[in-house]
Formats: sequence, structure tokens, C-alpha cells
Amino acid sequence: MFTQHDQLKSSYDVVIIGAGGHGLAAAYYLARDHGITNVAVLEKGYIGGGNTGRNTTIIRSNYLTPEGVQFYDESVRLWQDLSQDFDLNLFYSTRGHFTLAHTDAAMRTMRWRAEVNKHFGVQSEAVDAQSVQEAVPMMDISCGGHAPVVGALYHAPGAVARHDAVAWGYGRGADRRGVEIHQKTEVLSIETTDSGSGPAVSGVMTNRGHISTKRVLCAVAGSTPRLLSMVGLTSPLYIHPLQAMVSEPVKPWLDPIIVSGSLHVYVSQTARGELVMGASLDPYELHATRSTLDFAESLSMHMLEMFPFLGDVKVVRQWAGMADMTPDFAPIMGKTSVKGFYLDSGWGTWGFKATPVCGKTMSHTVATDQPHALITGFGLDRFRRYALTGEKGAASVGH
Amino acid sequence: MKIMTCPINGPRLISEFAYAGELKAMPDPAQATDEQWADYVFNKNGPAGIKREWWCHTSSGVWFIAERDTSRDVIVRTYLYTTEVPRT
Repeated sequence: MFTQHDQLKSSYDVVIIGAGGHGLAAAYYLARDHGITNVAVLEKGYIGGGNTGRNTTIIRSNYLTPEGVQFYDESVRLWQDLSQDFDLNLFYSTRGHFTLAHTDAAMRTMRWRAEVNKHFGVQSEAVDAQSVQEAVPMMDISCGGHAPVVGALYHAPGAVARHDAVAWGYGRGADRRGVEIHQKTEVLSIETTDSGSGPAVSGVMTNRGHISTKRVLCAVAGSTPRLLSMVGLTSPLYIHPLQAMVSEPVKPWLDPIIVSGSLHVYVSQTARGELVMGASLDPYELHATRSTLDFAESLSMHMLEMFPFLGDVKVVRQWAGMADMTPDFAPIMGKTSVKGFYLDSGWGTWGFKATPVCGKTMSHTVATDQPHALITGFGLDRFRRYALTGEKGAASVGH
Repeated sequence: MKIMTCPINGPRLISEFAYAGELKAMPDPAQATDEQWADYVFNKNGPAGIKREWWCHTSSGVWFIAERDTSRDVIVRTYLYTTEVPRT
């Protein structure tokens, strides 16, 4: 599916670090839309082996801030014809997405999100508990009496897609246009020179040799702080593991995607019948992808509050990814104070759905050295200016 | 479940503890520039390594410092702030 390159060239126009969905999408759009094909994508592990292959595949645009809503809405639009673009079936499946409210306060936030969404032409509406029950007849709407559902935010475009295929599709598309993808290639250091107006990128040292380049795009999720330290930048990013698990396949009974912030659950059923489930972040900083029994126990407990009939269903797999979190729950993207060092990070628990639009906007930013209009609210310098983009209210579960 | 040692109460399940972020030196609010203050408020020592952090044993309200290796999920040691961290 991909060309194997025995050696790195001595120089590239652009080096992209990280062959996950984001890095490969940027490579794809650089080649397709900007005609820049002398590009290397460096990957320490294997294609799509990080958070691209570890998320719960949910795609939605029902965010809270105008910046967030417009950005993700563009992403949802790009998703819809990606299978055609790639000539590869992504199993993109529009399901509808319910964010449950168990309290009046939560219902107020749902109405707020619905109004912001509608203002920007995104299909979201506040619905009552009866509508949730009709869409999911198998649900105990009283949640065992502990946290009765009082209503929900319904987002009709909510969808799921096959995450590995997204990385493969972008990777293959970039590969065919001349981009080189180098797996098992680790970046050891990034070289900078003084350009007169501050540092500028001049090269990258890897475990397979040296590369000269003036432009580096960093798209490495949980490893971002380590890469930033190579160019002398600090950031508010902090890394917590985010775990998920999947059940054995069962008959189809759950069509929409269900999210409950109060019960710390999000769940959808795959085409194969498995339930894919996630919850909130692990409670402390960690740069490892270990799983815990505590997570499986607490997520199962909350699942059973909503769906008591699942008591005999087995959990078959559990895993974790390293989520790069930001204080305001919006990403950190765009240019940095190091010339030629571009950042696509802060994707915490919300990165998969943004893959296409990140590729589009970051390729534009790298090609023109100007941040794309959709990402001007997401720059690293917003913290220095105390100008945060508060997206926490729209995180899928309370973190 | 993972065990953490509270300096007052001894080894307890980690679910009894709350993580409260890394130990940082606060710049003098009267002297600090906006940039220094923003750096203090927002920026973090992000890369993996052995970190000094605030933790709280929530069932007894004991606040203390833990040194943890964040690349291996290992608690190196725990101690009270007053006994080992010099006050500045």
C-alpha cells in the first residue's frame, strides 16, 4: 500500500513529524492542493499507531465557541466525501449523536450549544427525554434512578468512521503524489539557527541520519512537549492517558452515538456489533499507554446504569492513548516563535474528528507561512495574551 | 489498584488521592511582567520525567508532595511540603 524508502534524502522542503491521521492529512493536502511534494513524514512507530488508532472514532461539530463550531463543521463537511477522494471505504456512518443532560444545569448548556450551533448553520437541537427513549428503546431512561435523563442535545450529523482507514487513505494519497513516509524513524533533535529575528529551523537529526529542512510540522500528540523542548519552546500542554474499551459483538440495538458527561460514558455500536466505549481522562499526568482495571470497572458500572441488560456482555479489549490536553480545551495550532516550526497539537480527547480540517488548515499554514483563517483562534501565543478559547463546555465528557 | 503512601496515613489506594499539578515557584505578583505571570499560570513542564507534584489525601485532607516518574507510572517518594521543600 505504501512505497518503502530505503534511505532518507539529505534535504526536504517540508518535514512532518508524526504519521498519524493529522500528519498524513497535512502531507496529502500539501501535495494535492499546494503542489509541495518534496516532503518526508517521519514516524517513530508505524502509520496510525498512536491516537489515530486508539480513539473511539466519533465525528461531530456540536461545539460551544464560534471558533470551534466553524472549525469542526468544516471538518464534518470534508469527512463526507473523503471515501470518494481516497477510493477507499472509510465506513463513514452518520448515526446522530445524543449528549444526555441529567440536570437542569446541563440542559441549559445543551440549549446554549444548540443556539450557537444553529447560528452557524450546524444541525443541533435540544430534545426531551421522550425523544431519547424513542431513539434508544433499550435504554433505562431513569439510569437506575440515580441520574434520570431530563433531555439531550441532538446532533444529527454525528457519525463514526473506520479510523485506521483514515490514516491509510491519507497516507496512500500522499505516497502516490510523491511524499515519502518513513516509519521506524525517530527524531532525536531539531536544529535551529539564528535568523536575525529569532531562531529558525535548519534541520532534523533522526536515528537514520540527518535531514536539512527549513520547515517542520510537529503532529505528535502525546509526545509534543518533548518535541517542543528540542526547539526551546514551552507550552501549557499536559499529558494524561485516555482509555477506551470494546465489548464482544452483539446484535445491533444501538443506532445513535450516546454521550453522558455526568455518567462519564460515550458509546457507539460498530458495524460488527461491538460496543466501543470511552470515559474521562485518567486522573493524573502520565506519559504511558498502560490500561487500568479501575477504568474498566467504573466505565462498566456507568454503562450498566444506562443499559442494565448488558450485565452478561464481556469486555474483550482495553487500551489507552496519550492525550495532549490544553487549559481551555481548544487545540494549539499554527505558527510558533521559531520560524519554520509549525505546531498541530493540543488535540487531547477531540482530535480524530478534526483530522481532515487539520490537514487542510496546517498544509495552508506551512505552504504560505500564514495561519489559515479557521485556526487564528488556536495559536500558542493566545496564552501569553490571556485570550483563551473556552471550549471546555463542549468536551464530550466532564474531564 | 495502585498504592500511594501518604506521609501521615501510610500506604493507601490511589483512589483516595487527588492530583493537583506540578509544584511551581510563584513569581512575585507585584514585580512579575505579564509574560512571566502568564508563563507561571499556563505553561507546564510537559516532557516525561521525574516530577514534583502536589497531591492530597482527600479522606484526611493531607496535602503533600509526590515525586513520580511519569514515563513509567512509578511513585518515587512522597513527603510533606514543610519538611523538605525550602520556603522562599
